[in-house]
Amino acid sequence: MLSRKIPVRETILAGAIGLLLILAASRFSGFVAPANLANVFNDTAPLIILALGQMVVILTRCIDLSVAANLALTGMAVAMINVAFPDLPIPVIIAIAILLGGLMGAINGILVWKLSIPPIVVTLGTMTIFRGMIFLISDGKWVNSHEMSASFTGFPRAEILGLPILSWAAIVAVVIFAVVMSRTPLGRSIYAVGGNPHAAVYTGINVGKTQFFAFVISGALAGLTGYLWVARYAVAYVDIAGGFELEVVAACVIGGISIAGGIGSVGGAVLGALFLGVVKNALPVVNISPFWQLAISGSAILIAVAFNASAGRTKGRIILKSAEKST
Amino acid sequence: MSDTLAPLRNIPDRLNSRAFRTFRSWESLLLAVAVAIFVVNSFTSPYFLNAWNLSDATFNFTEKAMIAFAMALLIIAGEIDLSVASIIALASTAMGLAVQHGAGTPELVAIGLTVGLLCGAFNAVFVTVLGLPSIVVTIGTMSLFRGISYIILGDDAFRGYPTSFAWFGQGYIYWVFTVEMLFFVIIAVIYGVLLHKTSFGRSVYAIGNNPTGALFSGIRVQRVKFILFLLTGLMSGVAAICLTSRLGSTRPSIAQGMELEVVTMVVLGGVNILGGSGSIPGVVIAAFVMGLVTFGLGLLNVPGIVMSIFIGLLLIGVIALPRLWTMAARAKKR
Repeated sequence: MLSRKIPVRETILAGAIGLLLILAASRFSGFVAPANLANVFNDTAPLIILALGQMVVILTRCIDLSVAANLALTGMAVAMINVAFPDLPIPVIIAIAILLGGLMGAINGILVWKLSIPPIVVTLGTMTIFRGMIFLISDGKWVNSHEMSASFTGFPRAEILGLPILSWAAIVAVVIFAVVMSRTPLGRSIYAVGGNPHAAVYTGINVGKTQFFAFVISGALAGLTGYLWVARYAVAYVDIAGGFELEVVAACVIGGISIAGGIGSVGGAVLGALFLGVVKNALPVVNISPFWQLAISGSAILIAVAFNASAGRTKGRIILKSAEKST
Repeated sequence: MSDTLAPLRNIPDRLNSRAFRTFRSWESLLLAVAVAIFVVNSFTSPYFLNAWNLSDATFNFTEKAMIAFAMALLIIAGEIDLSVASIIALASTAMGLAVQHGAGTPELVAIGLTVGLLCGAFNAVFVTVLGLPSIVVTIGTMSLFRGISYIILGDDAFRGYPTSFAWFGQGYIYWVFTVEMLFFVIIAVIYGVLLHKTSFGRSVYAIGNNPTGALFSGIRVQRVKFILFLLTGLMSGVAAICLTSRLGSTRPSIAQGMELEVVTMVVLGGVNILGGSGSIPGVVIAAFVMGLVTFGLGLLNVPGIVMSIFIGLLLIGVIALPRLWTMAARAKKR
């Protein structure tokens, strides 16, 4: 029976996370208690879900900087809908969130596909537009917990088998993406588009359409997370998830997804998000000031990207690199 | 980022006249937008056409534009630097620390520029020596540099800058013309000459269009990129001096999010985000466009967060318009 290679990147990253947990436990043994680990996972669930969407986009050689603004706008929209129609069933609200997010993703996708505008420019523009629109629809006001219905805020907190639904949403998303990315034509075309877009064209894959689907997927996940985020924290205002898009990209990079497209895995994205989540939760426990978190995250990104690059070098590139360095 | 198939080349039987090419250029379109915005603002607010108000409005863009010129060269060469705002934060923090230890204005300027250069060199080593993608490296250093600022400052702030230091960000050369505007003009000229009148500038274009071809043409690709990162670091240091001087204090969150505004200015200026084309005059006009838009909307009491909608629409719209025009024209020919 053929034995598959153990994925080196994911294994080392998992080891790094394990090491972090051991370090945290050595300072405070309660950190690795199952209940606390479940809390860490729950805190990281939004990042995991968004990282999956961002992974799909980055695999197609694009980038989506508008996910956090999308999340915030969708979150505000569903919060205001809940205030206006308190009895609306939760499944309807979730459907609205996903559709809204997907629609915004589709806007990104159309601009990239039909007008050939570079993805970083499109999503830079829509990031500011979406963020500004939150202010327009809310008139700058907050939606607070007492204005939300009990079922609205209760849903992501409800527990099944000891885990909140927010955590289950992340787990289900991971499973679905693991299957889709490795077992469906869409998943294969996403890797093909990123790996070699010209070759993909000659195998009959529509590059632009695939990138469009990637943006829709990313947008839909941002919409879903928008509802979960707002309901979980029981507050909606203009600045929620401010700057979170860069954390999402960081999770993907740390997880080994190549910014040049075509390389990366669902496992990598999840582990990257968990790494950042563990760092964030572990710092206060070991009495390191939260002000260190940003620098630690930045260092982790640099280490991860340096490691992934060296691991990925092919023999052909080494020759060229030597020639390049001699100049 | 996206690598769609290049459109079929259409070789004309003769070139258009120089005047026609200038008229159809990106810079002319942008200039028309700038004029339109100026006229609209003049009519919508009685306070717009006031020399001192317009002078104050320049503070909206001069600091960002200084960085945008260096960023334009970097993007034309096919790289990007998202850590520029964090370099400002770190340089500003370093200057604040120096003030605590009794440093005077000349020392502060030297420290600001040095920290900027060092940060640029740090980025340069990762991108050119280790060969890593610049967008990812600078996302990492964006967190690292600002993270160091947070470690030093926490939620505190540095104050007490010397009075003479205020000249950079609050001084006037003559009448309504500010020191920052003078710096802006000088730096624009320097970068315009560097990009458009020197062999170094031509090598930047060559690298952006085809780095491998440039390498085999004898251009020192990695060395040029190294210099470009030093320049973005240096210009961030200059911007840090002006901004810190103008605000009179330093917080670790200083200049938060400015990197995306700088990139917006560069892209709006007609620089191809994928590298290979663009011009300094375009970036200059884009700086004025963004400055006029934010100033005009400010006079109309439009909230800052809503202004961002206009900037976002402007960014996508100005790029989408020529493509839609081209598509429509092509449809007619069919």
